[in-house]
Amino acid sequence: MSETNNLPVSRKSFSQRLFLFLGSMDLAITLLLALAVASIIGTVLQQNQPYSDYLIKFGPFWFELFESAGLYDVYSAIWFLSILVLLVTSTSVCVIRNGPTMLRDVWNLRTHVQRKSLQAMRHNATWVVESPAEETVTKLESNFSKLGFRVKQTPKTDEILVSAMRGGMNRLGYLLTHLAIVVICVGGLIDSNLPLKFAEWQGRINIETRDLPLSQIPDKSKLAVGSQAFRGSVNIPEGQSSGVAFVAMRDGYLVQNLPFRVEVKDFRIEHYATGQPKSFESDLVVYDDDLAEPLTTTIAVNHPLIYKGYAIYQASFSDGGSALSLDAWPLDGQAGNEPLSFDTKVFDRRMMHWGDNSSQLEITSFRPFNINPDPTEDDPNNVRNFGPSIGFKLRSNTGEALEYQNYMLPVTRNGRDFYLSGVRESPADEFGYLYLPLDDQGGLTGFSHFLQRLNDKNVVDVIAREMTSTTLKSVANSDEKLAQSLHDTLMTLVEMFVAGGFSNVTVFIETTLPEAERETLGPAYLSMLREILARVYVNGLTLPEQQPPSESQLLFLQDAVDAIGSLPRYGSPVYFELTDYEHVEASGLQIAHSPGKPVVYFGCAMLIIGVFLLFYLPQRRFWALVKANGSRTDILLAGMSNRNPREFDGYFEQISDELKLTSGNSGPH
Amino acid sequence: MNKLAGIMLTETSSPFIQWLWRGAMVLAGIILLTMYYDVFDYYEVGIVVLTAFCMALIGQNWMGIRWYIVVVGLLSLFAIQRYANDLALANSDFFLNYMLASQSAFMWMSALFVMATVTYFAGLFLRSEFTQKIGTALTWSASAMGMIGLMVRWKESYLIGPDVGHIPVSNLYEVFILFAIITSIIYLFYERRYQTRALGGFVLLVISSAVAFQLWYTFERQAHEIQPLVPALQSYWMKIHVPANFVGYGSFAMAAMIGVAYLLKSWRESVNPQGLLATTLPDKTVMDDLMYKAIALGFAFFTLATILGALWAAEAWGGYWSWDPKETWALIVWLNYAAWLHMRMTKGWHGRPMAWWAVIGLFVTIFAFLGVNMFLSGLHSYGTL
Ligand code: HEM
Repeated sequence: MSETNNLPVSRKSFSQRLFLFLGSMDLAITLLLALAVASIIGTVLQQNQPYSDYLIKFGPFWFELFESAGLYDVYSAIWFLSILVLLVTSTSVCVIRNGPTMLRDVWNLRTHVQRKSLQAMRHNATWVVESPAEETVTKLESNFSKLGFRVKQTPKTDEILVSAMRGGMNRLGYLLTHLAIVVICVGGLIDSNLPLKFAEWQGRINIETRDLPLSQIPDKSKLAVGSQAFRGSVNIPEGQSSGVAFVAMRDGYLVQNLPFRVEVKDFRIEHYATGQPKSFESDLVVYDDDLAEPLTTTIAVNHPLIYKGYAIYQASFSDGGSALSLDAWPLDGQAGNEPLSFDTKVFDRRMMHWGDNSSQLEITSFRPFNINPDPTEDDPNNVRNFGPSIGFKLRSNTGEALEYQNYMLPVTRNGRDFYLSGVRESPADEFGYLYLPLDDQGGLTGFSHFLQRLNDKNVVDVIAREMTSTTLKSVANSDEKLAQSLHDTLMTLVEMFVAGGFSNVTVFIETTLPEAERETLGPAYLSMLREILARVYVNGLTLPEQQPPSESQLLFLQDAVDAIGSLPRYGSPVYFELTDYEHVEASGLQIAHSPGKPVVYFGCAMLIIGVFLLFYLPQRRFWALVKANGSRTDILLAGMSNRNPREFDGYFEQISDELKLTSGNSGPH
Repeated sequence: MNKLAGIMLTETSSPFIQWLWRGAMVLAGIILLTMYYDVFDYYEVGIVVLTAFCMALIGQNWMGIRWYIVVVGLLSLFAIQRYANDLALANSDFFLNYMLASQSAFMWMSALFVMATVTYFAGLFLRSEFTQKIGTALTWSASAMGMIGLMVRWKESYLIGPDVGHIPVSNLYEVFILFAIITSIIYLFYERRYQTRALGGFVLLVISSAVAFQLWYTFERQAHEIQPLVPALQSYWMKIHVPANFVGYGSFAMAAMIGVAYLLKSWRESVNPQGLLATTLPDKTVMDDLMYKAIALGFAFFTLATILGALWAAEAWGGYWSWDPKETWALIVWLNYAAWLHMRMTKGWHGRPMAWWAVIGLFVTIFAFLGVNMFLSGLHSYGTL
């Protein structure tokens, strides 16, 4: 290589110039910085999110532009990989160019130096000794050896050159560091998804974007067991097993077949005394025809299982389709009276019908316990147990959905117990809460019964008549028409209230009463409404004759009226009470096969050794040119280092002092 | 004879002291291993051996660090022994309450670092060698209090609950203290090596800023409370990955501050060559050299730390490299300094451009250290602000 290097650039062939360019320092530095800048993109823009999210974020124009630039998966975009490939090429060329010289430098003691070049060095010294040349050389050699140098003497025409060197391994450091970069990148390439992209480009595989059961996924989206690298994940519910992993690619996935089946026996979360999670663990069984007996083991975060070169990690957890028993309590007149019991599972979907309406129930989540800050308050420190909870959606025929969150343990407010149910229109909103009061049996029967009575025209009719007659009797009036009108008003008020709460009643008052009478009649209407609601309630209690309702029953009435008043905003015709469950968890496993890993690790070891050799093992060379001068001997000492000239100043002085002393210096001249 | 070079070489301890020190470290290691033989696993044995080896190595020619290690060791043992098995003693025992309980020790550390910064600058402006020596003493003390605080905090975490106990390098609060300690030790090393105290104030300025941030973090966010480790952090790799990283960050920070001093000096020299800063700050070539030394040290350890991080990731996340923001920014920092080193070693750049680059490098480093946690999301779950 050295001949080509000496030619003027213009006389070199194209390939020689290309070689020079690729191995040039300017290119190397440019590439290092370019890679750094390019890497930033992927940290600013979240990578590998669902494509719909990007679409919403950027709008169709930018979405497509960014997609074609590969910005959603920068680190495997062609242009990014090109920078890497260029860097590897540049480093390789650099090693090829400098390698041979460096390698020679590790051992070569440089025996060809001339007196002139020694004299030109920054560090040199001369002195004269009384002993003959041969003896001086022997002494110098042994001194250098004692100081840890390798030495060699070379006879010249009328003088002897002693060459000495320490730290030749420094040059090896250069080689190791730069080869390491190449090795690591090659290892990384083996483990990258580039082969998959290539296969896709050739049309051999096809990325699946639909949410399909495994059996319906086309073969073109499945990858055979092989030696290729992949990093996939799979959710396995307790008690079930899987022989595949899903490899996420862009906006879809591929199915990677495994040479074994993994079963999740049990998934556990352990907690600290403070409630924070302490460990996530799964008991696994691996089934493989190559095994005499299935392999049983437990993995945890930071403690994966490595089997046949496949690494199985505890990555996440989720619900595995817990079995739920629900009671649906009707909240509107059409749905009947008694609760309807049914069994379902998390992630199930089913149509629910009531009267003429129907909507789809989608169970989205289940948690066996909730030790949370109270969701209805702002204080994050008021942590308490809300029991198990279910999350579900009710989707109307138009496709819109309301999202609900029901807790199984009642909450206590002012000494009274309520079931809490949150509702919201979109995940961006906060939950609004419905408080359903519990009766003295701790159930919903009391509330349901009252509600049912309010919805029952016959019941309300009887009570309204009763109330009309007592009212008119108290003012000694028996006008038929007045009685009928009062009765009708009461019926309407109750109907308005049940349909839309107090706000509905207020609207009714404002639209039907003439302005002049509103002032006086408005409040009267409201108190009449309260009176009849109370009567409907008390009447339904079937109390013994003359016994007034108890304090707690009156409070219940108040709570029930409040709850019914907010039902129209609740939006669901039923309340789902969770009566029983069987918790099934799913363990999220990440399964990876990385045949390039040993290569990468080997490269890393080279890199560390190389870098430390480069920085902390300076190469130091000394030459002593010994020349007989009559009975005496002249010595010319010169030295150089490739690192840290400042420190070498002192080092040279120390060494030359030591040599002068031990070789019998008779003073400089 | 070159004064500087002479000092750099002759300040080695006598062979007797060297052997005494190495022997003491071996002995300390052996005692520790026999005491805790039953509870240590392979990793812990390895860490003890490695620590003893490193301390034997850095202490053999450096009297300051020998004193430091001995004082920190004895005071930590004393504090641990005062605690016995009752965490409540932190508020009632005199020594713990006023000196050695981790919170008290950290407060001492903070105060001493700030005092050291002021003292160094005062010494520089008054041209008082003596004042600067006090700065050095204050820095040593601050660093010692910080280290004792960490040791004691380690014990305190076990007093909270045996399953809560962990080495205090697991969250942003703890690593800030680590950063202050490591940076100060690296600085003290070079201060002795180059026999110049004029840069102390500059380097301690970064440390004081870290201390100020950490105080804010304590009072505003109650960050000092010891929390149990989330499962992802329960790994031995953490115990070596984090300190290695902070040798890197500390060195880079120091290089940047020397860069600042360099730029100041070169500016003042062009304006007023006889002025205070132009004459009191060290020779430009010395600073240039120091900058290189610091970046080389930082680069070596940062390489090590990044590789350790990859080993850890391979065990915890299922892949040695995931292009997670923190990882990627570590790579960016690394590439930046690789380019810096090439510029200097093979293209021979030096002086002001390299000083500017070192200063800019600090901003890149700070972003990797803090910015990623504040602005970007990813797998690195600890230390959100
Ligand atoms: C990711 C890529 C690279 C990394 C991380 C890297 C790292 C390093 C390091 C740490 C040093 C030591 C600096 C010192 O001597 O103090 C170095 C030196 C050097 N590098 Fe690179 N390098 C890379 C790529 C390249 C390339 C592509 C070239 C070829 C143009 C190159 C040429 C050199 C040369 C000639 C030296 C000086 C060796 C010496 O004389 O000590 N490097 N490199």
